[in-house]
Amino acid sequence: MPAGLSASIAQRCLHGFAVLLGVSIATFAVAHATGDPVSLLLSPSASAAARTQMRAHLGLDQPVAAQYLIFLRHALAGDFGQSFIYRQAVTTLVLARLPATLLLAGTAFAIALGISIPLGVAAARGGAAAWLLQIFSMLGLAIPSFWLGLMLVLAVSVWLRLLPVDGFGGISHLVLPAITLSLQSIARLGRLVVSGMRSALRADYIRTARAKGLLERRVIWVHALRNVMVPVVTMAGLELGDLISSAVVVEVVFAWPGIGRLAVMALGQRDFPLLQGTVFIAGLGFVLINLLADLCCARIDPRIRLA
Amino acid sequence: MTRIAKLLRHRIAGGTILGGLGGLLLVCAVLAAAAAPVLAPYRPTDIDLRQRLLPPSWDAGGNMLHMLGTDNVGRDILSRIIWGARISLSVGLAASCLGALVGSTLGLCAGFFGGWTDRAVSWLIDVQLAFPFTLFAIFLLAVFGGGFMPVVAVLSLATWVNFARVVRSQALSLRAQDYLLAARAVGVGTPRILRRYLLPAVLPSIVVVASFSAAQAILTQAALSFLGIGVDPTVPSWGTMLDLGRNYLQTAWWMATFPGIAIALTVLGANLVGDWLSLRLDPRGS
Amino acid sequence: MNETLLDIAGLTVRFGGTTAVSDVFLTVARGEAVGIVGESGSGKSAAMLAAIRLHPPGTGIETERHVLGGEDVRNATEGKMRSLRGRFVAMVFQDPLSALNPLLPVGVQIAEVLMRHRRLGRRMAHLEARALLTRVGIADAAAHEHRYPHEFSGGQRQRVMIASALAGDPALRIADEPTTALDVTVQAQLARLIVQLQRERQMGLIWVTHDLALMAGIVDRVVVMYAGRIMEMAPAGALYFAPRHPYTVALLASLPRLDRKRSPVLPGAPAPPGGVAQPGCPFAPRCSKRIDKCDEVPPLLEIGESLAACWALA
Repeated sequence: MPAGLSASIAQRCLHGFAVLLGVSIATFAVAHATGDPVSLLLSPSASAAARTQMRAHLGLDQPVAAQYLIFLRHALAGDFGQSFIYRQAVTTLVLARLPATLLLAGTAFAIALGISIPLGVAAARGGAAAWLLQIFSMLGLAIPSFWLGLMLVLAVSVWLRLLPVDGFGGISHLVLPAITLSLQSIARLGRLVVSGMRSALRADYIRTARAKGLLERRVIWVHALRNVMVPVVTMAGLELGDLISSAVVVEVVFAWPGIGRLAVMALGQRDFPLLQGTVFIAGLGFVLINLLADLCCARIDPRIRLA
Repeated sequence: MTRIAKLLRHRIAGGTILGGLGGLLLVCAVLAAAAAPVLAPYRPTDIDLRQRLLPPSWDAGGNMLHMLGTDNVGRDILSRIIWGARISLSVGLAASCLGALVGSTLGLCAGFFGGWTDRAVSWLIDVQLAFPFTLFAIFLLAVFGGGFMPVVAVLSLATWVNFARVVRSQALSLRAQDYLLAARAVGVGTPRILRRYLLPAVLPSIVVVASFSAAQAILTQAALSFLGIGVDPTVPSWGTMLDLGRNYLQTAWWMATFPGIAIALTVLGANLVGDWLSLRLDPRGS
Repeated sequence: MNETLLDIAGLTVRFGGTTAVSDVFLTVARGEAVGIVGESGSGKSAAMLAAIRLHPPGTGIETERHVLGGEDVRNATEGKMRSLRGRFVAMVFQDPLSALNPLLPVGVQIAEVLMRHRRLGRRMAHLEARALLTRVGIADAAAHEHRYPHEFSGGQRQRVMIASALAGDPALRIADEPTTALDVTVQAQLARLIVQLQRERQMGLIWVTHDLALMAGIVDRVVVMYAGRIMEMAPAGALYFAPRHPYTVALLASLPRLDRKRSPVLPGAPAPPGGVAQPGCPFAPRCSKRIDKCDEVPPLLEIGESLAACWALA
């Protein structure tokens, strides 16, 4: 491994760790902020004995810092308590539904990259693509994804009867939700690619590449695009996380069985342990994704490694 | 003819046309919110079961009394949309302002003082960004309940980071400016420096971010009310209307379509104004 | 042996509202080294970019004659120019830090020329790239091939640029202020290298610079430009020992010498890029030999071995 890379990996992991710590503190704090975490963490119909047991489990008689450590210990062991609706361990429930959300977010992500990069590169040369991108980004950032989802369902599933309305099954079930979810990302990434390409194409090294008589294809895709990739990858990391977050509403609209839908159902029942567990696990996922994105950046741009 | 074409192109490129459009959209929204009692033909909670599920006036079966149709209990969609502007705009504005206050202060301190202050604020920003926001909002509001203040507070959690980052990076670059060093040398106190020197310099960026943050807040609030976290039970929110309309999607498509358009147009307006402001106030881009 | 590599005449380059280059002509033959001297804004770089049609978008160029490698390229397609650039004519730019792509290893930036123009496969191209690196004086090429531009010193970076310009085995090389960004000792080394390579491969060389002293002993002919026009064009010996044009005389006189405390300075300020406002000879405002006729643009007049654009010499 080139020198400097291992040092920067270590640095980034440390940073990720610190962030994770913050995530855990926030998740812990919310429950205890109300003053009576027990009533949150247990269903209203729980017995007095169950309450006493929970009090001991949480260590409520101890100082806050100790309570936090207990929480942390439980979290690291994967114990977020039991969901009252399902009467199962929160962790099991969340992990069972995580793949569906990841599938949805991942597909939307792939669609977003697949459209925004070529569109952005084309738009940087100007012309019709530039107009298309501008309109797309204006609309994409204003249209609420849940409304778009509903409209797509209306048009495609109800009126045209081309695709199923909702549910989880095969590719035909994945198409509409993934497209809906990808819209905002396409808008943001597309804009980034266009502006990045425009300034990259003005650079001196592009002039050199052309002076070498290289094919335009190579000049754009190898020389210019590479310099745009660092901000794109950084944003892509944030986007993927954002997708997982925005997936919540899309999952509701399309009845997609992911963690977003799970969280909304938990909301309806005030199933607090389930919510807390979902948020923590999702936060963990986010930190990992961003770490990965950071590492990709260091791989692409050797100058970053020294920073 | 070519002179007009050139002027048009200049205006489009200069963002004036789009900015004007954005301004127009926002003005309409503000007007709707402010003058709702006067503008709306009906009260948003007026139930009229004889007129339920009427399609919009241009469709067969609709009538001019209810331009955009009625919902499942006969409430006029147009009126509900006009009234709904109150919620979206007030929440959007409040969340943007609160976020601006908190975010700019923290960003300014982080950028100006550097060191541990900067590290602490940066860490806070990273932690905030590490949370999938919608999930976290659901989490918080499940505990603290819905309502105006809790929702605004939670939305401010989303917006403050935008301000903090921008203000922080500007403060960092301005920190070493000679005129600041000169002021300190003469003995000007720190709060005064922050207020009289740094604040005016970062104000344009704050305004630009405020516009985009308001747009973000409006969208997120709509999403939250779609999921069932309301702000005010007496006034319909566009998101709540969408939630209701979802159940009648096949039979009464207008219930879901029009509120969504209202959301989109308002957010578009705020974004366009933000773009225009950013061109005017911060030509180098952030 | 005397094959003409570049033949360009009547070159005018306009950018925005200004005229960067007016009515310039140049021929370069195989084995010949031509120096183009001028201060910043004299249009020398613009002229060279136009010569390989690499001018920035929005630039208008007009030529009466433009022959590159024996082919008329006045209306050449971009595809045709791409096949000529790098292969027939290569350019070395001034600032290697910005002229090299910071995100690609130097070996790749050399090998890509080989793969494009010499049709070498990837492995062969990289081996050849290493050989080129060694030839331009970078030791331990095998290790350095994988390094990035920012990991090299200024002089080494320029050697990398030279290597990539060499990769296509061009017949003509244009060096646009290749040593300006480097310090003096390195300048001399690199100048020697460039000349060596030129002599070895019998290439044509155009060296663009503002430093008249640097070119002595390197080039066979010199072209002096000012405000987009040619002021004087002469064989090196004639130019250095018997300069004709007042501008050239002043330039030579202003070169620092060890036997003088101070050099005479040219009066006035250099012409802004894009030419001067008033018609006629652009150097007239600063010229000590100015006469009334200088309100008209002087044509190039033959005086001895030189060509000089000056009414005062007629």
